Amino acid sequence: MYALAVENLSVAYDKKTVLENACVTVPQGHLAAIIGPNGAGKSTFLKAILNQLPNKVGKVEILGKAFEPKSLVVGYVPQRNAVDWGFPTNALDIVLMGRYGHMGLLKRPSKQDKLIAQQALASVGMQDFAERSIGQLSGGQQQRVFLARALAQNADIYFLDEPFAGVDAATEKTIIDILKALKVQGKSIFVVHHDLQTVKEYFDYTILLNKTILASGATEDVFTPEQLQKTYGGKLFMMQHV
Amino acid sequence: MIEFWVIVTGLLVGITCGIAGVFLILRKMAMIADAISHTVLFGIVMAYILTQTLNGFWMLVGAALAGILTAYLVQLLHSSGIQEDAAIGVVFTSLFAAGVLLITLFAGNVHLDVEHVLMGEIAFVPWNQWSLLGITMPKAVWMLLFVLIINVTFLVLFFKEMKLATFDPVYAASIGLPIVFLHYAFMTSISFTTVAAFDSVGAILVVAMLIGPAATSYLISKTIKQMFIYSMLFGALAAVIGYYLAKLWDTSIAGMMAAAVGMLFMIVLIGQKLIERKRKAHMHKLEIT
Amino acid sequence: MLSGNLLWVLSGTMLLGIAAGITGTFSFLQKQSLVGDAAAHAALPGIALAFLLTGQKELPILMLGAGITSALSVYCIQWIVSFSKLKADAAIGLVLTVFFGVGIVFLTVVNRSPLGNQSGLNSFIFGKAATMTKADLLWLFMSAIIIIVVSLLFYKEWKLLIFDPVYAKGIGLPIEMLKATLTVLIVMTIVTGIQAVGVILMSALLIIPTASARLWTNKLSSMLILSAAIGGIAGIAGTFISAIRTGLSTGPIIVLVAAGIFFISYFISPTGQIRQYYRKRQFRKQGDVG
Repeated sequence: MYALAVENLSVAYDKKTVLENACVTVPQGHLAAIIGPNGAGKSTFLKAILNQLPNKVGKVEILGKAFEPKSLVVGYVPQRNAVDWGFPTNALDIVLMGRYGHMGLLKRPSKQDKLIAQQALASVGMQDFAERSIGQLSGGQQQRVFLARALAQNADIYFLDEPFAGVDAATEKTIIDILKALKVQGKSIFVVHHDLQTVKEYFDYTILLNKTILASGATEDVFTPEQLQKTYGGKLFMMQHV
Repeated sequence: MIEFWVIVTGLLVGITCGIAGVFLILRKMAMIADAISHTVLFGIVMAYILTQTLNGFWMLVGAALAGILTAYLVQLLHSSGIQEDAAIGVVFTSLFAAGVLLITLFAGNVHLDVEHVLMGEIAFVPWNQWSLLGITMPKAVWMLLFVLIINVTFLVLFFKEMKLATFDPVYAASIGLPIVFLHYAFMTSISFTTVAAFDSVGAILVVAMLIGPAATSYLISKTIKQMFIYSMLFGALAAVIGYYLAKLWDTSIAGMMAAAVGMLFMIVLIGQKLIERKRKAHMHKLEIT
Repeated sequence: MLSGNLLWVLSGTMLLGIAAGITGTFSFLQKQSLVGDAAAHAALPGIALAFLLTGQKELPILMLGAGITSALSVYCIQWIVSFSKLKADAAIGLVLTVFFGVGIVFLTVVNRSPLGNQSGLNSFIFGKAATMTKADLLWLFMSAIIIIVVSLLFYKEWKLLIFDPVYAKGIGLPIEMLKATLTVLIVMTIVTGIQAVGVILMSALLIIPTASARLWTNKLSSMLILSAAIGGIAGIAGTFISAIRTGLSTGPIIVLVAAGIFFISYFISPTGQIRQYYRKRQFRKQGDVG
């Protein structure tokens, strides 16, 4: 059984097709990077997998089943700037949101839910900030809170949309250590990633994407100059010099 | 006694709208509420044309349907690529114009004039009484209590779901929260609130009370619970201040309450900025020494 | 049937529609459509206050009052958005209702004063296009023409300002001055129009023709022409229909004609729903085959 099996996935916004006939299968237990240039459709790919887009065709299976939100198998970490951090609440409350799916409608968080949330917050090194307003957290701290929320959900497969964008080095280290620990526990993790320098160090599996899936497999097989040239075209040349 | 009921009505409008306004501000839907407050006119006129009575129940139904229709049309236009502010503008002006036209065509001689809908006449509230369970209170007070109960029930039941769906709708959907249901349920409650309040205080004050107190409390609240409490307080305070100022100058009570909402906002905003500046200066001093 | 006065009114509402179609396009592209709505509502306290202070109901005086409070409301919205953590929608809604509430307060005072009863200020809420006097119309003509001419003069500067303000600043354009001129012109459009269609529906003239034109074209120049044309047509047709059947107020009919044009555009334009439906079906089919 695959962690993720995508067959002929296509997505169109208004006029243009953003993703065309994407096919990929990824076995369980990998920490996988999703890589591609800006506008290649990486976030769209994640959202289509999570069934968030109306105009899509194709087949997606997660752990052998069609995506079913209520099963809580999937822990999703959106881009940090996708939400309003001026929202009046504190860090612990955000992490508690990861337990909502387990509580069911109409129920309030139990003592155990609170304990799990506190543990999740501690595991990202944020236990001292539980009562802090989220607006007063730094970018890196906000990203950690988001990861803690996914951890509190206790999912089997995680999708993270650019978790390293605009965070400090310490946060990046904390996050990648946690993701590696999740992999050791046998969970599957997919990360939309930008920094080509760190791919080999962080990820054991790589998916190259530009409008469609160009290649996927173990990082050492896929993360090659030829494949990257194919994915990024001329843009890669510039990136190597930056 | 007359004064008492006018103030009670104002307080109830302030509290009911103050509660409903919190998620409105957090969901960035203030202008949708403004749109709904205009389009309930269309729903009420349609209810009158279809039933040929000015029955409160059917007006409530018509208004609620018009509110949902407004939210739905805005969503529809927005999702087909029209920018949201324009979508709101197109929908509410069209439906409002249709409402005004229908009144002149079919309901010219009944008590359904547009100025009344917009500005209400809170001073007349005590004259229209209803008895229920042996208690006689003004009709407006009954309606507002009813809607207040609906709103509070909705929030008690779905507080955590609304919070998550508001803060992070994509994550909410990924764990299976019914975000579409919540959206339309919330829009329905806004429509109910509008229609219950507009009969006494007019559409404009409803919107002022929906947006103003919640926006004011948003400035100073650290948690949503705080925001609810401050919002109700500001709403109630604006109602009382507005009433007495209107009495003092012998002018429109609803208009003065809206003005009081604005005054409270300005006071809180400037006060907050002054405190912030003082704190910053203090921190600066500490750093130097 | 086309009496002399009707012809005057027709050309007045047509010019108004054209002017609003043009300035509305600029405010639409700046995503400020609803600011126009707030500014229109905010004209009410200005009108009432001008009457209270001067005791006169000469149109230029009332228009001046309307312009001042209307511009003040735009300034308030910008100030709240930049000064507090409130978002634009809340700032617009707050300013709109508070200004309108204050307007009602003043208007009630006017109506209770002995001369106020006959002042007819209430007609500014819904407009009274059909019964406008020649003197009123003369003012309308003048300001509509000024609006159109000034818009054409500033066309290329505003275009740059909207699409790339950073670049515009870089090549030395006086950004703040250009923005202020645009705001003044939008306020002027509103003030010109409220007498005919009223403060509540004025924003419709700024928004609907532009939103319809946007469905047909991506080019600013064609958008302006189309929007002006739709505004003008709505003005003429609306006035004409309400003149045929007396008792119908002009403002709502003009808005409904514009809404009708929008509705049709929404379905049949190149980006419209009918085309999109076929495109979607084709997309699904391709997906099934591939």
